[in-house]
Amino acid sequence: MDKVKTILLIEDSPGDVRLTREAFRGVEDVLRFHVASDGAEAVSFLRREGVHGYAPRPDLILLDLNLPRMDGRQVLSVIKQDDGLKTIPTVVLTTSVAEADIEAAYQLRANCYLAKPVEFDAFESLVRNVSVFWLKMARLPPQNQALC
Amino acid sequence: MNRTVLLVEDSPGDVRLTKEAFRDADPEIDLRVVVDGVEAMTYLKREGVHVDAPRPDFILLDLNLPKMDGREVLAHIKEDDDLKTIPTVILTTSDAEADIVTSYKLQANCYLSKPVQLEEFESLVKSINDFWLTKVKLPQQALSN
Repeated sequence: MDKVKTILLIEDSPGDVRLTREAFRGVEDVLRFHVASDGAEAVSFLRREGVHGYAPRPDLILLDLNLPRMDGRQVLSVIKQDDGLKTIPTVVLTTSVAEADIEAAYQLRANCYLAKPVEFDAFESLVRNVSVFWLKMARLPPQNQALC
Repeated sequence: MNRTVLLVEDSPGDVRLTKEAFRDADPEIDLRVVVDGVEAMTYLKREGVHVDAPRPDFILLDLNLPKMDGREVLAHIKEDDDLKTIPTVILTTSDAEADIVTSYKLQANCYLSKPVQLEEFESLVKSINDFWLTKVKLPQQALSN
């Protein structure tokens, strides 16, 4: 039996949050789905600071690039420079298709980069694809990594 | 768009299966195969017979390889400023948690276990094509060269 997976979505658009949450729930109905609506909150959640003292460690992070307070690129570099967090697969999901953003995200060790389509149906289908691939196909690092 | 995929795999059966599954998924894919870790590095550094090798857009890497282990190949790729942006996906029979964690620590972009059943293997390769080579935005070669 798979353990219940925890997803952290870092996204400031309420519409995109709703759509992403629904797509993920459609693929796996038992899921802990957390949302941070800006970069600073995402980092507090991941570091279990303040109100996030008991936050679970996410199995997968979905990260928008353009965020209030702290930019997604900065959040990505915090995650990938932290020995406790860097193994968490971090998927960039953003409206930007600029090659410089794609290149920079991979330089900062994003696990993969996806551009949000403008049309609703295409967006929904992309998010479903992301959730099927990462939840059903990929092997994610275990929550407890003490054995390694 | 023509994609070049580098498959680093020593099992002839798995090479054949992967080739066929990619061909079914998208015949345009330029699939290059190297059968051990040393040859993988020679290819990526464009040395010897690989001097004119195209830079791969995507790498599929087995962990247990002759001559140089897949973990070592992964570490070399991700320590090299020119190569590290190439998405590198582990495709291996191991589903040991230690291998999964080590691979993500070494910055594998993703870890996949090879299914034992033929049909599942084919369907996994198709999913790799549908996701990584179709949906995912890969870095452009020109920028990183």
